[in-house]
Amino acid sequence: MTEFSFWFVIVLTVLSAAVVVLSNQLIYSAIALLVTLFGVAGIYVFLWADFIAGVQLLVYIGGILVLIIFGIMLTNRISSVRLSQTNVQQGVGGAIAIWLMILISLVISKTPWYQADAFEPAGTVAEVGTLLLTKYLLPFEAISVLLLGALIGAALLSRKEN
Amino acid sequence: MQELNTYLFVAAILFSLGVFGVMTRRNGIAILMGVELILNAANINFVAFSRFGGMNLDGHIFALLVIVLAAAEAAVALAIIINIYNNMNTINVDEASTLKE
Repeated sequence: MTEFSFWFVIVLTVLSAAVVVLSNQLIYSAIALLVTLFGVAGIYVFLWADFIAGVQLLVYIGGILVLIIFGIMLTNRISSVRLSQTNVQQGVGGAIAIWLMILISLVISKTPWYQADAFEPAGTVAEVGTLLLTKYLLPFEAISVLLLGALIGAALLSRKEN
Repeated sequence: MQELNTYLFVAAILFSLGVFGVMTRRNGIAILMGVELILNAANINFVAFSRFGGMNLDGHIFALLVIVLAAAEAAVALAIIINIYNNMNTINVDEASTLKE
């Protein structure tokens, strides 16, 4: 049963990611991105990363995806046909993407990865919190300042000039 | 599902699809979606290596930082895209190629 749900999540993620980049309707892409982000959160759960999965749901789906849909709504008139959009130079782009895919696959399959035994933790939240406030305190503070700056900048950029 | 390579292959597929989207899409918001796919692929790699490297949680911290960066990047990028739309009435990145109106 776990095996089945694992492969279900994998297939769902990959197929919806394909829809994101191939669909002609921008709003379909956004909805497919929702499914992809959900699938990635599921993959995190299979990797025992419960906190990251929660953050993925909150920040990506609750924040970034809503922002993207807002962007679509603000930059397209719903009645017009501009909501649809097509890809250009699919041949060249597809060739480069497939070449990249083959290259990465070769690297993955030929490398003898270091792997260590691990036991499933009861939860990662406490440990992640401890790490954030001890070993990674400086990056944590730096990224909070960066986030503040980015949000102020975004608000400044997008408001109407007086 | 106890194989590191499965996760790495999934991340590779997501990464390639994201690169494909960034290269072929001409709508600014669609390009942003491709970038999000790439960031998610990187995050899967971080968490997978963390899990199979003996459940070392440093990878989780990296994934968290990437998610925060993605949020900041999406906010600024969408503000820029909306500005371009207000000034040029299009978000096709090929048409919006001038620095001034």
